[in-house]
Amino acid sequence: MLAFAEPHAALLPAPFADWFAARGWVPRAHQLALLKEAREGRSVLLVAPTGGGKTLAGFLPSLIELSTLPARRKPALHTLYISPLKALAVDVLRNLEIPVAEMGLAVRIETRTGDTPPSRRLRQRHVPPDMLLTTPEQLALLLAARDAHKYFASLRAVVLDELHAFHNTKRGDLLALGLARLAQFAPGHRRVGLSATVADPVRLQRYLMPQKPAGEMRAVLVRGAPGAPPDIAISASDAYVPWAGHLAIHAMPDVMNAIRAAKTALVFVNTRSQAERTFQHLWQLNEENLPIALHHGSLAPQQRRKVEAAMARGELRAVVCTSTLDLGIDWGAVDLVIGVGAPKGAARLVQRIGRANHRLDEPSRALLVPANRFEVLECEAARDAVLAGELDGEQPRKGGLDVLAQHVMGVACSAPFNADALYAEVISAAPYCDLSRADFDRSVEFVATGGYALKRYDRYAKLRKTPDGLWRIAHPRLAQIYRLNVGVIIEEPMLDVRLQSKGRPAGAGGRVLGQLEEYFLEQLVPGDTFVFAGQVLEFRGIRETAAFVTKSNETEAHVPSYMGGKFPLSTFLASRVREMLADPKAWGKLPAPVGEWLRVQNWRSVIPGAGQLLVETFPRGSREFLVCYPFEGRLAHQTLGMLVTRRLERLRLRPLGFVANEYALAVWGLRDMGGVDMDRLFDEDMLGDDLDAWLADSALYKRTFRNCAIIAGLIQRRQPGAEKTGRQVTFSSDLIYDVLREHEPDHILLRATYEDAATGLLDIARLAQMLARVKGRIMTRQLERVSPLAVPALLEISKEMVAGEAHEDLLQEAEEELVREAMRI
Amino acid sequence: MNEVLIEVNGETLLLDPAGALWWPAEQTLVFADLHFEKGSAYARSGQMLPPYDTRATLARMEALITRHAAARVIALGDSFHDRDAGNRLDTYERETLIRLGRGVEWIWIAGNHDPSPPSWLEGKILEEMTIGGLIFRHEPLLLPAPGEIAGHLHPCKNITRRGRSLRRRCFVSDNKRLVMPAFGAYAGGLDVRSRAVRTLFGENLLAYLLGVRRVYAVAA
Repeated sequence: MLAFAEPHAALLPAPFADWFAARGWVPRAHQLALLKEAREGRSVLLVAPTGGGKTLAGFLPSLIELSTLPARRKPALHTLYISPLKALAVDVLRNLEIPVAEMGLAVRIETRTGDTPPSRRLRQRHVPPDMLLTTPEQLALLLAARDAHKYFASLRAVVLDELHAFHNTKRGDLLALGLARLAQFAPGHRRVGLSATVADPVRLQRYLMPQKPAGEMRAVLVRGAPGAPPDIAISASDAYVPWAGHLAIHAMPDVMNAIRAAKTALVFVNTRSQAERTFQHLWQLNEENLPIALHHGSLAPQQRRKVEAAMARGELRAVVCTSTLDLGIDWGAVDLVIGVGAPKGAARLVQRIGRANHRLDEPSRALLVPANRFEVLECEAARDAVLAGELDGEQPRKGGLDVLAQHVMGVACSAPFNADALYAEVISAAPYCDLSRADFDRSVEFVATGGYALKRYDRYAKLRKTPDGLWRIAHPRLAQIYRLNVGVIIEEPMLDVRLQSKGRPAGAGGRVLGQLEEYFLEQLVPGDTFVFAGQVLEFRGIRETAAFVTKSNETEAHVPSYMGGKFPLSTFLASRVREMLADPKAWGKLPAPVGEWLRVQNWRSVIPGAGQLLVETFPRGSREFLVCYPFEGRLAHQTLGMLVTRRLERLRLRPLGFVANEYALAVWGLRDMGGVDMDRLFDEDMLGDDLDAWLADSALYKRTFRNCAIIAGLIQRRQPGAEKTGRQVTFSSDLIYDVLREHEPDHILLRATYEDAATGLLDIARLAQMLARVKGRIMTRQLERVSPLAVPALLEISKEMVAGEAHEDLLQEAEEELVREAMRI
Repeated sequence: MNEVLIEVNGETLLLDPAGALWWPAEQTLVFADLHFEKGSAYARSGQMLPPYDTRATLARMEALITRHAAARVIALGDSFHDRDAGNRLDTYERETLIRLGRGVEWIWIAGNHDPSPPSWLEGKILEEMTIGGLIFRHEPLLLPAPGEIAGHLHPCKNITRRGRSLRRRCFVSDNKRLVMPAFGAYAGGLDVRSRAVRTLFGENLLAYLLGVRRVYAVAA
């Protein structure tokens, strides 16, 4: 807590003090601290839990400054507010209008998002409001306008909301470059970052400040009073804990009872398909017809808005939702947060618990519902971490070169630039402070002519150097293309899924079940079956923007669909789970079946130490298995699986396949893998040639390349006059990747792709850390049959191919057989 | 080498997994849809695709011409991505084309992208050409056309097995006529299930997917 030498009165002018008093409020310490820092012109990072008047704290200094100006003044932008969600900007506007109206302040506040009508955007350009509430993409557009330097010259303050959620992403890179621009147009403006509690606030403090070559600059850190510690319950019974699966069907009665006992509950799940299934199960139990709604990213936007509005009016008792509701508007009525499945990370859990807009002095309540035994460990570890106030740190990432390329084009659209000056500006943005001049120059070359060693495109250059040494765009049409393609969020092209009755010809009518990724649907052949919306569907064909399906008589889907599960188990939480596993004393608090499972594992095989990697081999059926337990998340395990199977193939051990989950990797094949030198198999050198050879042909890597190529402007999704969809792009980014990789493997776009994949879809960075961690610490066990710890991974092998409620019985049978074998002493 | 030979209208043809057609009896090698300079065509509109597509395509062509010791080469149309593409080749690429053309009888079939290929090319420029039981043209006729070898459609096929999906260029034939895969490095693809492909053929339609060692026949 901060102590104040000054009384409130000195910081809070009379109308404001009166307004607080009229509402029965006392200004909070952090609100006053921000006023004090603002008066000194300093930038601040405010870290505070939800419900602490954080947003008002961010705006109070600006409101007070504006209240001292004459009511009749030349329209000029004073404060810019940036939010990752446009809905949040709209909500903040609503909340600010109350004090402005009640105090009778002459302050004009407006939003500007993708939904703002063109006429109003045009007016905002000529008659700026005092405060503009907008998004990173809209800021990029405003900055690319020709008169941007005039528009922003009057700017005094920038407020960045939910900064923890996106400072470490490509959107954060784009915004950081935009802020560096703003610092040129309005030197001396101050910034306020609003953030939830984070493990490492220093990175956010740096993000807020223009960095100097001489040394690191940090914004002042102000912490709000912490709320009461949350009350976190874990739903796990001593009677039954599933071995595998993510649906937690067994616990749905508990979830339903918790909803009944609460005023309003948010039920968070990790994937869209899980949201659908949970929603269905709850409604089967919902005898009272309580208003329970569904909210996830595949639903039509209008549908989502309807749910949000009903929630704001307090009409709902529960919403089943995915990460789409991790951020956003505060709903006062929410008094319980239920997390079904693994929490994945302590910070994510805190964030979700904080969605209950509780009063600070009352604990917020949460119920965690693990769906399987490993998730029990994960939930326990997450609860311990949250109560101990420890959070996951993020893998720091460097500013993306693809985002830089987009920004360079935007800068050129606004005015010709001098490369030396722009380089100095770019490296003042914290994510780019280590960018070398050579890489900067290559990025500019890339924008101008593609940056190839073979100089073929000079005559088509998009940027040309003028005799006075400035880079200028070659044609105004290029600015139009830039504006159409601005932004770093690459949405997968999606198709409607339409359900038809069997007799009808494919390709007309049918109810829309929802949307699925085009890349998934395109790989299907008519007659293929897959699971969507809780049922097995038969694919019939794609016509234009819809996929046509019928209900299948089959109970097994042939094609597994990998949807969602985007957030891997955090490194921090993984290490806590490993520690809990390695400490038999900690098993006492676990539900009885989980404790027994670990004890039998210890007896039959071994429980690895926290720093060790256990590798087990055993036969089962006609197959030989190798199972290891790195606890590094599905993405890193998938990459590991690819690399390890390549090596096993080279050893002529004929691996047939592998399956990865959050905790383990299981490889199966025709030959016993027990004799393999595991230290060699898991050696770090797999990240050299093996990785390189695999990347050449990896579909995930090619998708990463495509995204980078789009962000960097090599591929333009939209052209003036005709919006391109994914289906209409007339060249294949895969073919371009192949040619570029063969002819110019060091090209800057391939570097951007690698850096992106290393922390993204392939999680190479994390795999590298794991391999280094376990070097010389690999325990091997050659078993005669499957171990208890291996059961969840092996069940996943069959579960991925099976779906539909009718076959739960079959699964159960298969599972019991496997379990009996594993637990036999 | 696992050679896949098929009969089209009574002539025996080898489907090279690199995407070219080899007619042993006539010592003739056929390439379809080379699309030279597709990359620079996009560069003109601001999308700076890597400028290596023409030389990548030429290198693969040269390897095949040498390996089969071809006496005749037929480029089945759309060899150049647009009318101006010939002018955008650099000296190296132009010389490679001329050098390749000197050793063989070269037939350039005109396509819709290149109705009049550059005049400096070695060889003859024709609308279509008949040899033995086969007729070579760019765009397949919408009528029954026994013996027709055509390009234009860029056929591709997806296959999904064990949850993994592959997309490959392919030859398509019902043993009466044949559509070739595009050979150009940046040439896109059209699914064989599409109407434009299906209507050309009769019952026994097979797609021959390009693999590394050979082509693989699957039902189209």
